[in-house]
Amino acid sequence: MLGIKGKDLTVFLLVAALALLAPFLLNPFPVDSAMAQFNAGYPDLMQRFVIFGIFAIGFNILFGLTGYLSFGHAAFLGVGSYAAIWMMKLLSLNIIPGIVMAIVFAGLFSVVVGYISLRRSGIYFSILTLAFAQMSYALAYSVLTPLTGGETGLQIKQTDTPLLSNIPEGEIGRANLFGLEMSDSSILRFANWEFTMNVGYYVCAAVMIVAFYLAIRIFRSPFGMMLRAVKSNQQRMNYTGLNSRPYTLAAFVISGMYAGLAGGLMVAMDTQVGPERMFWTASGEVVLMTILGGAGTLIGPVLGAGFIKYMENIVSKINSTVLHEWFAFLPDGMEDFMVTIFYPFVGKGWSLTLGLMFMAVVIFLPGGLVEGGQRLKRLFRRKKAEDDQSSAAKTPAE
Amino acid sequence: MDQIIVQILNGLDKGSAYALIALGLTLIFGTLGVVNFAHGALFMLGAFCAVVFSRLLSLSHEVVDETRTDFLGNPMTVDVPYMHDIFGPEVGASIIDWAVPLSILFSIPVMIAIGFAMERGLIKHFYKRPHADQILVTFGLAIVLQEIIKAFFGANPIQTPAPTAFTGSFDFGAWLGFDPLTIMYPYWRLVYFFFAVVVIGGVFAFLQFTTFGMVVRAGMADRETVGLLGINIDKRFTIMFAVAACVAGLAGVMYAPIVAPNYHMGMDFLVLSFVVVVVGGMGSLTGAVFAGFLLGILESFASMPAIVDLLPGINQIVIYLVAIIILLTRPRGLMGRKGVMEE
Repeated sequence: MLGIKGKDLTVFLLVAALALLAPFLLNPFPVDSAMAQFNAGYPDLMQRFVIFGIFAIGFNILFGLTGYLSFGHAAFLGVGSYAAIWMMKLLSLNIIPGIVMAIVFAGLFSVVVGYISLRRSGIYFSILTLAFAQMSYALAYSVLTPLTGGETGLQIKQTDTPLLSNIPEGEIGRANLFGLEMSDSSILRFANWEFTMNVGYYVCAAVMIVAFYLAIRIFRSPFGMMLRAVKSNQQRMNYTGLNSRPYTLAAFVISGMYAGLAGGLMVAMDTQVGPERMFWTASGEVVLMTILGGAGTLIGPVLGAGFIKYMENIVSKINSTVLHEWFAFLPDGMEDFMVTIFYPFVGKGWSLTLGLMFMAVVIFLPGGLVEGGQRLKRLFRRKKAEDDQSSAAKTPAE
Repeated sequence: MDQIIVQILNGLDKGSAYALIALGLTLIFGTLGVVNFAHGALFMLGAFCAVVFSRLLSLSHEVVDETRTDFLGNPMTVDVPYMHDIFGPEVGASIIDWAVPLSILFSIPVMIAIGFAMERGLIKHFYKRPHADQILVTFGLAIVLQEIIKAFFGANPIQTPAPTAFTGSFDFGAWLGFDPLTIMYPYWRLVYFFFAVVVIGGVFAFLQFTTFGMVVRAGMADRETVGLLGINIDKRFTIMFAVAACVAGLAGVMYAPIVAPNYHMGMDFLVLSFVVVVVGGMGSLTGAVFAGFLLGILESFASMPAIVDLLPGINQIVIYLVAIIILLTRPRGLMGRKGVMEE
């Protein structure tokens, strides 16, 4: 179907189903139950899941396939965001031109950055991309203020009158897709359950499914094969007379465009931008998502993005009262003790948990969640695992 | 002319910090071949060593002072630091005043212990892993260290004053024969610069003039051969990691009075220090020191009003711009050696 088959088709259908059914899957607990805080089916959060999913899918095309570790991908996200918000301010509140321009500008910017950075590889490449991203951040923060709004960033204001959308005087324009407003949602109720179906979310989800489909096609194409060759042994590839730079540059630009798409969608959902979106910790975050899910795998980045954003939301909502409720079954002294132990890791301590999780993944599970899943599967199917190992032994010698 | 001297001086203290951190980073690259993204966190830990030590020194207990009364007419209670009890009020007060320089003594063993634990506990397992993995795991470690400090000390910067003897400014202009009060430079920054020179000199002397240093240099050039000669090079490299951690820590301790320590100061310095290392040339110690001072001074020149008017925003990006140009024209950095971290 659609030019993909076998396992890829399963993975694709799985991701598509997850994305489309997310409002139901993420709200498994009734509204007023004690477990309701584990619900994640809010439009705003679900949008973040898929948008960061797109960002990570794009990053994975570069890092997962070619092994070039970019530490500056947030810059493309930021450029895309700024391009999108200007389109919405000036041309039309329809999100399509904004998103298209986001992709175009991020693509152009990544051509420049990629052309320069890709002359070096390894750690030098990481530092060059980091330098470019920090430069864009610093410029967006200071000199380019007329263009970027500096520290306050850009929002759609009352005074903005886009050319193609006629907004009544004094009303703040809202992002839409041919009249469908992004913030519209309808709420479905079954007994105590509540499911929010949000227009914006479904737009994002549709875009992500398309993006994921394209990623699969890239992974399985001869071009994807070339990128893998770059990762496994660039020297040998050069000796066979192939110039690897056009391939890596193409991969870089494609992943930059994915980042721009994610940035454009962010603006489409929540019409504002700030320079902190380009800060290097933001670049670190997407690296983290990709690694956590499993770099070089198809579904890994999507899982990683979803996992991190979910944990971020849930863990940072837990406070000491919630902890006391959880450990209420213990004797008082024990309860306080457990709360004291867990308290630094929740709420504002989310970054600590994130850092620890990240280290644990890199140390014990370099293949990320996907590898973890495979190991579990092998554990339960010991018999089959032995067959797998015998086939793995047939990999060609270096 | 005096403007130029002012900018050079201004660049020196930042340049010293860059040089010290970059020196440690390069030592780690050169010896262990590991990319340590947690080096900025070590700098930050050093600064917090100063905070902890000055707090320890000023621990106090309450004493009822019979001679004075508070506003209700009761005898007043005053806080008396333990240092006053031990050494008498005058010596005690000056010990508290000199807390930051004194905390060097405290931070050396602490930082060496941290460096040792980090190398043996974590970095050791990453020698054979790809550089990407090393970057990622140390990046994670940096986040963790940062958050631990934040949990203990909060997110706000903590003022750690320099000794009162160094709080003023030195009138460089008068000293050099310009008009007085044109070139003012805080004493503490001068101290920082000389301190950095001493530490850098110490590390170089250690590598150049001791047998241990010779073995380490030999190991940096050709680890395998040194190993074949029956020398346990890993052990020495571990010690060098601890030394590098210690250098970063000391840079942090002395920097505490210049910028009040906060939990993310390490990250701010780390990115720039990496750029410094790359500009200087991966694996080249002199290159790192030279590039550190060079970029520090360039940065302060770029923030001169005349230049900012000409090229707005240049002060924010000059370091990155220089790094990009250097990397493209001299791929090995200013003083990089052939064969060290080429890929």
